[in-house]
Amino acid sequence: MSERRIAFDDVCALERQYRLQWEPAQDSFVLLYPEGMIKLSGSAAEIMKRVDGKTTVSGIVQDLQQAFPGVELRQDVMDFLEVAHARGWIRVGQAA
Amino acid sequence: MQEGGSASGKPRETKVTNPLWLNAEITFRCPLHCVYCYNPVDYARSGPELTTDEWLRVLRQARELGAVQLGISGGEPLMRDDVEVMITEAHRLGYYSNLLTSGVGLTEKRIAAFKEGGLDQIQLSFQDSTRELNDFLSSTRTFELKSKVAKLIKQYEYPMVLNVVLHRLNIDHIQAILDMAEAMGAEHVELANTQYYAWALLNRDQLLPSSEQLRRAEEITNQFRARVGNKMKLYFVVPDYYANRPKACMNGWGSVFLNVAADGLALPCHEARMLPGLTFPNVRDHDVRWIWYESPGFNAYRGDSWMKEPCRSCPEKVKDFGGCRCQAYMLTGDATNTDPVCDLSPNHRLITDVVARAQTAGPQVKVQPIVFRDDKNSRRLSEKKTQPESAPVR
Repeated sequence: MSERRIAFDDVCALERQYRLQWEPAQDSFVLLYPEGMIKLSGSAAEIMKRVDGKTTVSGIVQDLQQAFPGVELRQDVMDFLEVAHARGWIRVGQAA
Repeated sequence: MQEGGSASGKPRETKVTNPLWLNAEITFRCPLHCVYCYNPVDYARSGPELTTDEWLRVLRQARELGAVQLGISGGEPLMRDDVEVMITEAHRLGYYSNLLTSGVGLTEKRIAAFKEGGLDQIQLSFQDSTRELNDFLSSTRTFELKSKVAKLIKQYEYPMVLNVVLHRLNIDHIQAILDMAEAMGAEHVELANTQYYAWALLNRDQLLPSSEQLRRAEEITNQFRARVGNKMKLYFVVPDYYANRPKACMNGWGSVFLNVAADGLALPCHEARMLPGLTFPNVRDHDVRWIWYESPGFNAYRGDSWMKEPCRSCPEKVKDFGGCRCQAYMLTGDATNTDPVCDLSPNHRLITDVVARAQTAGPQVKVQPIVFRDDKNSRRLSEKKTQPESAPVR
């Protein structure tokens, strides 16, 4: 596992085998991967929806701040992305 | 895990959850003749295969219920020429689809169409790393072809997922198997020991490894894992005969897994059609919703009211559901018994006797001839099966 910390100018993308989609039967967004599924909480889904391989981490934070004004989410986003990375859901690279 | 409360012996009310996983065994036809195949031994007498339209209907109905993982398997699924149609529809419906193939029939034209249609993963099976044994065990010459297919899989940017079924006759080749997997650029390797159902049960004495073979194989696997690190994910699955608690088969009967066989029979697992006294529904006659929620077959072993002792009062029943109904039936003659893998089962000796026999040296091919999975043997075994089914294998 990578020990790398995620930085604000990093760009995150879903790992190749993962797919994010809305599942009506689960009433939530899920991450699909071979022979498995991760059910995402509402806030996790809001972050994952913005993980597109183009937007930087600070871009994601800004976008979320606009969608949910008045909430301080910078640390929550970082914490979640660290977990997502450690579990192999996303890969992290520098902005192009 | 729950504590205490479930040990009262009182049946628990269980809410029926929706299926998550549809396994479509689209054909029983197969160019290979693997001696450990889990297809029914009497597959040769199963009815006609579902048509393309019937499969598309099954995909839609199961998806409406919430099934999201799709396995396309067989037999060899590529024996059908409509896999492309199924994959495209599955992707449109939002399935995460996985093709389980021996690789025979996977041409560049077909893999390109699968990619275009949205297939998510290909899992390639291998019998062994040495061509001779590979060809002996599958009774055909396929090794070189599989190496070519592995290259195609990489070329089309699929993760290279390799499945090798381990048993007494190939487990000592584990180092060579792992080296081959590395040379092929495999990213996920499942080293799954044979499970003793169907054809594998017929050949059990030839296939069950000794504990020394297992120990050595696991040791080599661990060394290999330490060397390659993250570039290859390795799973080593020990045969349940060597466990003292049963597997949580299918994560519980009718809980997440829906198997639809080539002839349209809907089953809670790959093997359940063998169970006596249960009638399983056919997708030709019923819609998937009724099959999953209402059919007697799918409700037979849900919850725990069917359990006998020692399961009924056991706190672990919420964890392993009493193990596998098919294994309980095959070995003890009663599907409601505790899976004899459990050392709390009064029938556990049925497992330990077989394991004790497996400790003697050498492949036991002389005990009885090994039975290849082919149409001729299947027809012969189908005739045997029309006799009353009162003689479980011991």
